[in-house]
Amino acid sequence: MATAGHVEPAGYHTRRDERGRTVVVLTGQWTLRGIDGNADALASALREHARDNDKVVWDCREVRGLDNVGALVLWRLQGFAQGHAIEVRPEHAALCERWARREPPPEGGRSPGVRPLAVLSSLGQGLRSHALEFTTLIGCVVVDGGRLLRRPDQIPWKDISASIYEAGVRALGITALVGALVGIVMSYLSSLELRNFGAPSYIVNVLGLSIMRELGPLLAAILVAGRSGSAMAAELGVMRLTEELDALSAMGISRIVRLVLPNIVALAVALPLLVVWTDAIALFGGMVAAHITLGIDIPEFVHAIPSAVPVVDFVLGIVKGAVFGVVIALIACHFGLRIKPNTRSLGVETTNAVVTGISAVIFVDAVFAIGFRGIGLP
Amino acid sequence: MTSDNIIEMEHVFTRFGRNVVHEDITLSVARGEILGLVGGSGSGKTTLVREMIGLDQPSAGRVRLFGEPLDKIEAETLATLRNRCGVLFQGGALFSAFTVFENVAFPLQEYRAIEPTLIRDLVYMKLAQVGLGPEVAAYLPAELSGGMVKRAALARALALEPELLFLDEPTSGLDPVAAQTFVHHLQDLHKELQFTAVVITHDLDLMRDLCTSLAILADRRIVARGAPTEMALNPHPFVQAMFLGERGQRVFGAMAS
Repeated sequence: MATAGHVEPAGYHTRRDERGRTVVVLTGQWTLRGIDGNADALASALREHARDNDKVVWDCREVRGLDNVGALVLWRLQGFAQGHAIEVRPEHAALCERWARREPPPEGGRSPGVRPLAVLSSLGQGLRSHALEFTTLIGCVVVDGGRLLRRPDQIPWKDISASIYEAGVRALGITALVGALVGIVMSYLSSLELRNFGAPSYIVNVLGLSIMRELGPLLAAILVAGRSGSAMAAELGVMRLTEELDALSAMGISRIVRLVLPNIVALAVALPLLVVWTDAIALFGGMVAAHITLGIDIPEFVHAIPSAVPVVDFVLGIVKGAVFGVVIALIACHFGLRIKPNTRSLGVETTNAVVTGISAVIFVDAVFAIGFRGIGLP
Repeated sequence: MTSDNIIEMEHVFTRFGRNVVHEDITLSVARGEILGLVGGSGSGKTTLVREMIGLDQPSAGRVRLFGEPLDKIEAETLATLRNRCGVLFQGGALFSAFTVFENVAFPLQEYRAIEPTLIRDLVYMKLAQVGLGPEVAAYLPAELSGGMVKRAALARALALEPELLFLDEPTSGLDPVAAQTFVHHLQDLHKELQFTAVVITHDLDLMRDLCTSLAILADRRIVARGAPTEMALNPHPFVQAMFLGERGQRVFGAMAS
């Protein structure tokens, strides 16, 4: 065996024996580290000798180590494998024996290339399976939810409360920051225009209506879809990876009741509250900015809000928040449960959960805008 | 190099917070040895092995791998040393997004000193060496049985022709027949490749058949070190319970009498 630190490169030399045959004497370490990238060079040099294999003797007794890489390089030479005069050390006999009688590995299957029809059909199948699974999920949630209402002692309060804390309380900071910044930006932008019109006090109407009806719910929902949507999907995915989902099923515990429903209920409760919070902070940011740019006093602004924004707009914002919450949780759980037990699927489906969640929120918001166009607007 | 020891641990202490796991452990592994590392659950066997490869740092003491002190080693040297080690993790730790073929080919491709044309042949040979047929190559790890995962992981650990092999519970979760076959494979490989190995195990059959020596970890120390057959003579209660207990008698009894 070679010493640990030192590697002797693989090599060879030739001589003539007494019967006039060429003897190729292999020297050094015919191992991964001894060959070290010279496999092709060594092989082509040796191939010269391998041509007339009747007259060649391969002498491997001087090699200081032979492993699979070395053996493979030698056995790829046609002459070596068929040449009858090979001399090896006894400890290398088994390795040589195995390479001598190995079967050539199967040809790798070529990927069939891109066929447009196949792509379309797999796309269609994907959509179909999504629709089917999503409908099934909603069905399960409705059925299990209904059963829970009849057996309220089985409601997983602890899971719901933990989920509310995770998705709601811990999102207070980021929603406040984003809300305040958007409020300030809105206020600055509209104050320029309103001053031109000579109607600075309308800043209350502009900010109040846009934030409470549209921006507050949308901002909170998008942030929650990014935060909690990914967390919920990844949690379910890791539970699939570690077979925790199967463990739950084996105990006869419904994953819908223990994992999906708490998330839905939690977001349905937490998101409307986050909407109120975001509304308040965004209005505060707008208020401060309006005070600086337009000189509107803060008490004056606060007093003007109730008359500027109809209550129904505020309520509509909160209802939207609840609907967004349910949509985000359902989508996150749908993609989370689709995760297959490998790391790539975990990444792909978590991304899908967030992207689909945000898109769905904006889509539902558009539906609300059209459906409620006659309500609450001055 | 002071001697022909592949691993040398001197006065190693490991603490996690207030919890002391290892207390003054001195242990060396000679070239060609297959050392069985035995101990109760939570006795820090895996931690000790992680310290041997430099994945974790001991709280005190020094570790030498291939004669190089791991506490003041450069990242590049450490990477070269690790190329000479193969690790079989307890759960296999196969890359779940890769097929079996890609898993075994991965270290070979990363090593960058092997012609790509050779890699295919090498991978199929490695798989054959651990008793997996070519049809398994296209499977994803999630589609394999526990025994196949272990064998595929062993093929990956052997990919770079390691001089030093770490096996973390190689037979746990295998049925007796599969475990026996696995041990035979390892014995054959050891005869051929002459590697040094550190095996964490609870499997008495494996200790008897595969290990050339044992180190027993109990009460935070190495309480016994020697050939498997000498263990029954050791007075430490853990060793007594392990080797003179009912199962120990059954496995080692025949040898002693």
